[in-house]
Amino acid sequence: MKKPVQLEVNGKPAAGVAEPRTHLADFLREHLHLTGTHIGCEHGVCGACTVWLDGAPARSCINFAVACDGASVRTIEGFDDDAVMAQLREAFAAEHALQCGYCTPGMLMTARDIVLRLPDADEARIRKELAGNLCRCTGYVGIVRAIANVLKSWHSSNG
Amino acid sequence: MKPAPFDYVRPDDVPAAIRALADGDVIAKVIAGGQSLGPALNLRLAQPERLVDIRRIGALGEVTETADSVLFGACITHAAIEDGRVPDATGGFMQRVAMDIAYRAVRTRGTIGGSLSHADPAADWISALTLLSAVVVIEGPEGRREVGIEDFVTGPFDTQLGPADILVGVRIPRLSARARWSYYKFCRKPGEFAEAIAAVLFDQNRGISRAVIGATNGAPHVIAQADFLTKGFDAAQAHAAVDASGAGDDPYERQVHFAALQRAASQLAAVQA
Repeated sequence: MKKPVQLEVNGKPAAGVAEPRTHLADFLREHLHLTGTHIGCEHGVCGACTVWLDGAPARSCINFAVACDGASVRTIEGFDDDAVMAQLREAFAAEHALQCGYCTPGMLMTARDIVLRLPDADEARIRKELAGNLCRCTGYVGIVRAIANVLKSWHSSNG
Repeated sequence: MKPAPFDYVRPDDVPAAIRALADGDVIAKVIAGGQSLGPALNLRLAQPERLVDIRRIGALGEVTETADSVLFGACITHAAIEDGRVPDATGGFMQRVAMDIAYRAVRTRGTIGGSLSHADPAADWISALTLLSAVVVIEGPEGRREVGIEDFVTGPFDTQLGPADILVGVRIPRLSARARWSYYKFCRKPGEFAEAIAAVLFDQNRGISRAVIGATNGAPHVIAQADFLTKGFDAAQAHAAVDASGAGDDPYERQVHFAALQRAASQLAAVQA
C-alpha cells in the first residue's frame, strides 16, 4: 500500500505517495523528475546515487523514501549556488575529471564532503574516501587532482 | 534490483516496535540504518512482508555512561563514533574501527546495533566488540535481557535474536588508561567487506591479553589467552590459532588470516614500545 512521503528537496517542500519499497533515488527521479541523481549498482556499492540527506552524504538507492519522510534532501540540482560545489565544477572541468559523466553527481557529493570534513586530506586520504564512488571510464587521476586543488584553494581562502 | 513488496511501519517506541514484530502471521524484520538490509532487499535476498523502522526511536540513540562501561543505543551511527560525537571508553579503539567501515555515505546511516544484528562475519563490529567482551542488550516479548557477545553471535548471519526481539543497545566495558590495542583488516579494496580481520588487546591493569580472528566462516574466533601475540609473536601458535578459527582449509584463506594476525601483533608491539 502506498504511503505519503513529505520531504524538503533542495530547499523546497516536495510531497508524494510511494510504495514502501520505493527507494529514495527512484522517488527523486520518477516522482520528482530530478534525474541528476544517477542509479548504478542499486546495492550501495558504486556511489552514483549519493545525495545529501539531512546534512550528510548518503546512498539514495538503499534508503527507502518512506523511511526518509520528513528529511531534508539535497540533490545535484540543488547545489547551483553552493560555493564549494562551484569550485569543484570548475576543477572537474579543468582536470578532465569526467568523461561520460555517469558517476559525476555522486563523485561531486563525496568530493564536497572531503573538502568540508577533511581539510588536511592528502592524496592517499582522498583516494581512500573516494573508494565508495566508482568511475569506469575517466579514471581517478583527474578526479583526485580536482579535489586536491579545491581542498587547497578552499582552505587557503576560508580559513 | 527492486525489492519485493513489503509493508512499512514506524512505531514511536520499543514496546510498540516489539508488538509490530510479534503481531500476526506476517514475516517482519527490523530496519534501522538499512545499510545491510537495503542491499539485501534490493537483491531480494531478504523478502520480509513488513519492515519495522526503529531508527528514530529516541531512546535508541542515547549513550549511558557508568563507572565501568558505556552503553551505546543501537541506532548510533558509525559516523557518530568516527567523529567522536559519542563518549569513548576504549582509548580510541571504537573510533579506529568506525572510520574504516564501508564508506562515509554508508557510515552516516548505518548503525552499530544493525551491524551486530546482521552478524555478517566479514563486518567490523562483531569482531571488534567481541575483542572488548561487549554485552548486548535485547528487548523482546519476554522482557529485557543482557547477553555476552560471544553467546549472542551463534554463527554466520545468525544470532540469539528471536523473531520479535530487538537489539536495543550494546554495553562496552571501559579499558584502563594503559590498555593497548590493534586492529587489522584485509580488504581487496578500501571499504569492501574484509577477507580477514585480526584484533588484539593488551590491558595489564585489567589482566586482559586477548585477540579475535574475524571474517571467518562463522562467529568471531576468540583467543582468550593471547600472550603469543601481545608479548612478541609466535608464528607456530598463530598458525594453530588460525587452524582453530574456522577460517577454512583454503591455503589463501589461511594465509590471509595468518598475515592479519601477524600484522595486528606487530602494530600492537609498535604502540607498546
